[in-house]
Amino acid sequence: MTERQELFAALSRAVLDGDDAAAPRLAAQALDGGVSALDAVEKALVPAIREAGRLFEEGEYFLPELVTAAQAMKAAMAVLQQALGAEAAALALGRVVIGTVEGDIHDIGKTLVGTLLSAAGFAVSDEGASVSVARFVARARELDADLVCASALLTTTMPKQRELVEAVRAAGLRAKVMVGGAPVSPRWAASIGADGHADNALAAVTVARSLVGRDAPS
Amino acid sequence: MDAVRPRLELFSGEQVEAIVADALAVLATVGVEVENEPARLLLREAGIAARGFRFVPDENAVRAALATAPARVVVYDRDGRPTLDLGGDRVHFDPGSAALWILDPASSRRRPPVTTDLVHLAWVTEACGNIAGQSTALVPSDVPEAMGDRFRLYVALLNSTKPVVTGTFATDAFAVMHAMLAAVRGGAAALAARPLAIFDCCPTPPLKWSDLTCQALLDCARTGVPAELVSMPLGGATAPVTLREMIVQHCAESLSGVLLHQLAAPGAPIIWGGSPAAFDMRHGTTPMGAIETMMVDAGNAQVGRSLGLPTHAYPGMSDAKVVDWQNGMESGIGAVLAALAGINLVAGPGMMDFESCQSLEKLVLDDQACGMALRLARGVGHDSAGEAVDLLRQVVALGGFLGHRHTRDHFRAEQFLPSKVIDRGTFEQWEAAGGRSSFEAAREEVRTIVARGNPAPVADDLRAELTALISAETRRLGIVGLPPV
Ligand code: B12
Repeated sequence: MTERQELFAALSRAVLDGDDAAAPRLAAQALDGGVSALDAVEKALVPAIREAGRLFEEGEYFLPELVTAAQAMKAAMAVLQQALGAEAAALALGRVVIGTVEGDIHDIGKTLVGTLLSAAGFAVSDEGASVSVARFVARARELDADLVCASALLTTTMPKQRELVEAVRAAGLRAKVMVGGAPVSPRWAASIGADGHADNALAAVTVARSLVGRDAPS
Repeated sequence: MDAVRPRLELFSGEQVEAIVADALAVLATVGVEVENEPARLLLREAGIAARGFRFVPDENAVRAALATAPARVVVYDRDGRPTLDLGGDRVHFDPGSAALWILDPASSRRRPPVTTDLVHLAWVTEACGNIAGQSTALVPSDVPEAMGDRFRLYVALLNSTKPVVTGTFATDAFAVMHAMLAAVRGGAAALAARPLAIFDCCPTPPLKWSDLTCQALLDCARTGVPAELVSMPLGGATAPVTLREMIVQHCAESLSGVLLHQLAAPGAPIIWGGSPAAFDMRHGTTPMGAIETMMVDAGNAQVGRSLGLPTHAYPGMSDAKVVDWQNGMESGIGAVLAALAGINLVAGPGMMDFESCQSLEKLVLDDQACGMALRLARGVGHDSAGEAVDLLRQVVALGGFLGHRHTRDHFRAEQFLPSKVIDRGTFEQWEAAGGRSSFEAAREEVRTIVARGNPAPVADDLRAELTALISAETRRLGIVGLPPV
């Protein structure tokens, strides 16, 4: 193994281990050593997070392993971001605005979906819980979002998802809307005219990819 | 000598004190965030230190609140009879709360519940002899979402006499819900004297009181409606994954609730409840049937009891999607552990698929598990030393006990006599009766109960009064077309 390959292997390992101290340190070391940021992303970070996803789907990894791997990836990305410059935009699968609808403070599922979307390569802006329709729309406009994701866990707050779909359309935004949350069914999603729905975080990534026309290579 | 009550205690007295000490330290250093302005005002007036909206009460403030909270809370049924006597280690069951789905008994698949299901739920609960309270355990999909919470209470009051465990989904729901309860009692003061319902109030883990639930807590305190603190640390998601630390967090959140509540109205009734769960690390779900969930429930109750408060928890539910082995296993273990742990109010019967789906069939089956658990809690009597000698002397001559008066006098109290959904017949009897599974037997039982109609109709004038209240609320919210009840 060349020195560079060893470095990439260590960076991959750090992501898989969820080591958010080592991952950015190794990323910085790579840049110092003259490695292109794009190379570091494509040859170390992306394969590592894919591997974490595979291990999770096979039941080898559990959520704490997957989530800490995503966080280590994020920490390394933060170091590489500047060097990537214009290339960063090309790398991202799409820009996502995510939040839980107004009046609803359930945010665990939403955060999980956001974390996995960002690990998959989306640029995610997490607006938190109890987000007003107006704020969703304003953020989507500001970021020229590809996708707006809204979570609702209460039957009383589900109607906000309908309002959101209507508001995104009325504002003439190009963003697609994906909805989810325990009480949200495919039927509800269809009835409010949402573009997508998923009932868990991994499925959300698949649906998001297809909504932005970037299906995973099989 | 009385029966020794069989008991599950996870901790020694010293260990409980150490947990409470940790919780007090959490409050005094990390504190709780309070998002409700009236509550902040109360805390500031009481001189509780704060950093922004994060309040850091010291031990004295918390102990003072504990000192004014009553050790016993009695909730009365619609007719004014004391029904839930919460405190000590007395155990009562009520169905698990606010399901999004109902299990369709014909297809064994879930479907959105409608108002008729809610009505039937109340009737079936009324028929369950081992389930003392009812709860607004379904959210009907044919009622406009904004009305869901309050409409459930209306239906419950019209269809069962049992006291109701309920809650608000929005801050503006409390007024009409309180008005309906007061109407049943004939006034707010009468309601405060003999509470008819308990309201769940959930802090947000970790260590936060949202505007909604904080408001519900204050509304309860000021009207004397018992408040049930439902702190729900999820181990590894919104709380540390280790069980002791989950219990510490539950204790800190609950203590902050007691403080807020007692500042609003010292002496108002409050229950040390909770719905913690071990977070499932594969699916990101909140398994209520996990053994760790039940261990934390038992631990929380032990802590609450040591602080002199009535307790509540959610064991007795299952994560299974159909009424099968997993379902019965998890629900049965939960009911038994709850009884052993002396949890005063145990919400769970009927609930499955985490806290998402109610099954009326599961409810009548769980009723049997609750009956067995309650029997276990009564323990074995010990006031009859020497009796066996006499009895055996007589029966050696008689040849058996079936014809003995002693058997006849004691068997009903000594044995839990199961309903028809529990099979204890011979193979031949079972086969002759159609060879049914317990689920099929339960389906039959539910059909019979439903066919009998409303077991607890209210007087016409009260019905009119409740209907007027809910109709006015509908107009206030600009809603048209509520389903008939
Ligand atoms: C934890 C919890 C809470 C916690 C939330 C903590 C937090 N920081 O989020 C607290 C204690 C604060 C809470 C409060 C309340 N809760 Co609550 N809560 C739950 C519980 C037990 C688990 C939710 C959860 O986090 N699950 C784990 C996550 C990972 O799953 P998830 O959220 O479903 O997300 C997954 C999918 O749905 C999907 N997904 C989620 N969002 C999105 C978004 C998109 C775009 C996509 C594609 C996918 C997707 O992917 C996620 C990951 O796989 C549920 C029970 C249940 N069955 O869901 C009740 C539940 C949702 N709560 C309920 C209620 C009633 C309340 C309260 C009103 C109680 C009260 N009276 O105070 C308050 C509401 C306060 C408010 N205004 O929001 C009811 C709702 C009933 C109804 N008909 O609406 C439920 C169903 C429980 C019940 N049966 O009573 N709750």
